[in-house]
Amino acid sequence: MAKQIVSAPAARRRTSRATKMTGAQVLVETLRRERVKVLFGHPGGASLPIYDALYDATDIRHVLVRHEQVAAHAAVGYARASGRVGVCTATSGPGATNLVTGITDAMMDSVPVVAITGQVPRPVIGNDAFQEADVTGVTMPITKWNVLVMRADDVARRVQQAFYIARTGRPGPVLVDIPRDVSQESCDPEFVDGIPVPEYRPVLDGNPNQIAAAAELLGSAQRPMIYAGGGIISGNASAELTALAERTRIPVALTLMGKGAMDELHPCCLGMLGMHGSAYANWAMNEADVILAVGVRFDDRVTGRLRDFAPRARFIHIDIDPAEIGKNKPAHVPIVGDAARVLAALAAQVRPPQIDPWWAQITEWRERHPFRYRQRDGQISAQFVCDLINRLTGGTAIVTTDVGQHQMWMAQWYRPRAPRSFISSGGLGTMGFGFPAAMGAKFACPDRQVIAVVGDGGYQMTMQDLITAVEHRLALPIIVVNNGALGMVRQWQTFFYRNRLSSSILRNPDFARIAEAFGARGIRVDRPEQVEPALRSALATEDGPCVVDVIVDPEENCLPMIPSGQSVAEMILDE
Amino acid sequence: MSEAHTATISVLVENSPGVLVRVAGLIRRRGVNIHSLSVGPTENAAVSRMTIVVDTPPERTEQFAKQLRKLVEVRRATAVDGQQTVDRELALVKVNANPGTRMEIMEIANVFRANVVDLTDRTMTLEVTGKGEKVDAIVSLLAKHGIREIARTGQATLVRGAQAT
Ligand SMILES: Cc1ncc(C[n+]2csc(CCOP(=O)(O)OP(=O)(O)O)c2C)c(N)n1
Ligand SMILES: [Mg+2]
Repeated sequence: MAKQIVSAPAARRRTSRATKMTGAQVLVETLRRERVKVLFGHPGGASLPIYDALYDATDIRHVLVRHEQVAAHAAVGYARASGRVGVCTATSGPGATNLVTGITDAMMDSVPVVAITGQVPRPVIGNDAFQEADVTGVTMPITKWNVLVMRADDVARRVQQAFYIARTGRPGPVLVDIPRDVSQESCDPEFVDGIPVPEYRPVLDGNPNQIAAAAELLGSAQRPMIYAGGGIISGNASAELTALAERTRIPVALTLMGKGAMDELHPCCLGMLGMHGSAYANWAMNEADVILAVGVRFDDRVTGRLRDFAPRARFIHIDIDPAEIGKNKPAHVPIVGDAARVLAALAAQVRPPQIDPWWAQITEWRERHPFRYRQRDGQISAQFVCDLINRLTGGTAIVTTDVGQHQMWMAQWYRPRAPRSFISSGGLGTMGFGFPAAMGAKFACPDRQVIAVVGDGGYQMTMQDLITAVEHRLALPIIVVNNGALGMVRQWQTFFYRNRLSSSILRNPDFARIAEAFGARGIRVDRPEQVEPALRSALATEDGPCVVDVIVDPEENCLPMIPSGQSVAEMILDE
Repeated sequence: MSEAHTATISVLVENSPGVLVRVAGLIRRRGVNIHSLSVGPTENAAVSRMTIVVDTPPERTEQFAKQLRKLVEVRRATAVDGQQTVDRELALVKVNANPGTRMEIMEIANVFRANVVDLTDRTMTLEVTGKGEKVDAIVSLLAKHGIREIARTGQATLVRGAQAT
């Protein structure tokens, strides 16, 4: 039924009407018009009509997850790998509340996701009906926008608005809550062509006077830096960033969210800055006289103690979200706009500054203090594993990580050559994110090598969905960096709590055998010489996931480290 | 509370369900108290104006206004401190009054251009309009007679002259 009413886009006027449909059918048709190919979800009572409509939609693939949190993280992985809107769905009450962590993650990292939830029928809303939760209330602070749809006639417009709001401006998650009887109600659907939210229009072009002022400031700088973040990736501005860096030779430091915003082997790229960033990137920020901050939010994991962050610098701050500018640090030249457009305009005007002495200083720092690691006899170093993944893939794979030490080591050692190749939970730091995000990325980019690098702690938070990867025959290597600990917690306890290891040591299951029980490949590795063959074999596995349980040195700490709330001067180095 | 620690934000919002909660929630999550809030329709039936007075130094309100503008339902948000404005609030004050004290209360009302809107043998209800400080002043003068109840609308504000708020 749903398929009969597809109207060719060319035939549509401002709005197009079709014959009677149910709210759920309208939803599915709207998803189709938004070119949704995959959605991740789990059904339940309140979403039964939606699932019934999906049954007819052979062109939309529904991936049945085993926990709704996985659906939300997979939608994030899908969106971050592809640049398209990720979609997840859950039933009312517990289904919807299980999405909350993943939606918050999308909010913090500005990821375009649409979550569709079933709600109890209209007559019982507010009566504590079975499986009722006030989901629009719960998700108000963690969504860019949300809406409870109270009429089937509104479904098309609301869902179109949801997609539009999720992907425009600063992207973010949007939730659409649909009561069961609205899904069942029949209506005359009306689809909007053009912009479904006329009053919501982000500013795209930067103010020309401000761009001129920025060009002037950069051109006369002696120690300039570019501080680039996730906004470059979500704004598809990598080419413009690279062009500006090449034209001016200004060094570029990337945030965790900005990894891959520029080819990390590019001579102008200093890699990651911040708490676990390179010493040289942090020293360079500390000494800089002019900083071009673009698509970043001066997060405390980057700045440490705000008043000591880049104390000599004047800031040019470019962001599509006006509320970010001046939020944490005053901007001398604020520019609201789309990163790609503003950077292109800036590159056309800027006069390359004279910075040979500056580069000499940075090169000296870089040689004095590169990332490095020790390998204790007979122990596998986790950094070696990360380094090896980088070498085996040449930085061309899409890598996702979980949260903790392994995440920071991957951020230090993996050097992506292109954007959308390093996917990690930045703002929320969500354990359990890495594996589901990799599934989402693999659905988005089936022809790319996708690798999940996870900790033994975080993996156990969403491991149950290995069956989903098996079911869909996802060629997905999952590398478990097994240090027998909640390593990052253990590290903080070692440094700041006199090594009192309170609840941070893990007793683990045999991850390889668990994988086998799920029908996946499983390999356990506990000697250094086994690592490379195992990784090669995992990367070559087709037709299904391969879990590599790598038993690593449990005592390793992630360095350098600027302790929380401190400054570059207090950086702990690895001597 | 001293004047320096409140700030006024004027917000034009879509007249739809949940908007008040979104606006209030955005302020709440920053741990800031809403001192007063007035909401009502505007010349455009689809749009309401909220005037929000928050207990925060005016320096922070531009950031509040920026965050408010991010809400899809918010059409316009202005931190009005530092501009020439007209600020008004209406209060209903029910005070104890007997034939012996009525004249004195009427005198206070006259000075503040307050209207008597209800009278019984034991109470008198005054309606007073003005800036918040004026309302505070009449309330403190009436206090000795015993205030039974107060209802204040909260401040409504417009920028003076041709400029839009
Ligand atoms: C859901 C969630 N709970 C708790 C934390 C706090 N936390 C941050 S890192 C970490 C340890 C992670 O351990 P593991 O996954 O083994 O990674 P490792 O640090 O050992 O590499 C914890 C508990 C978190 N980030 N997310
Ligand atoms: Mg661990």
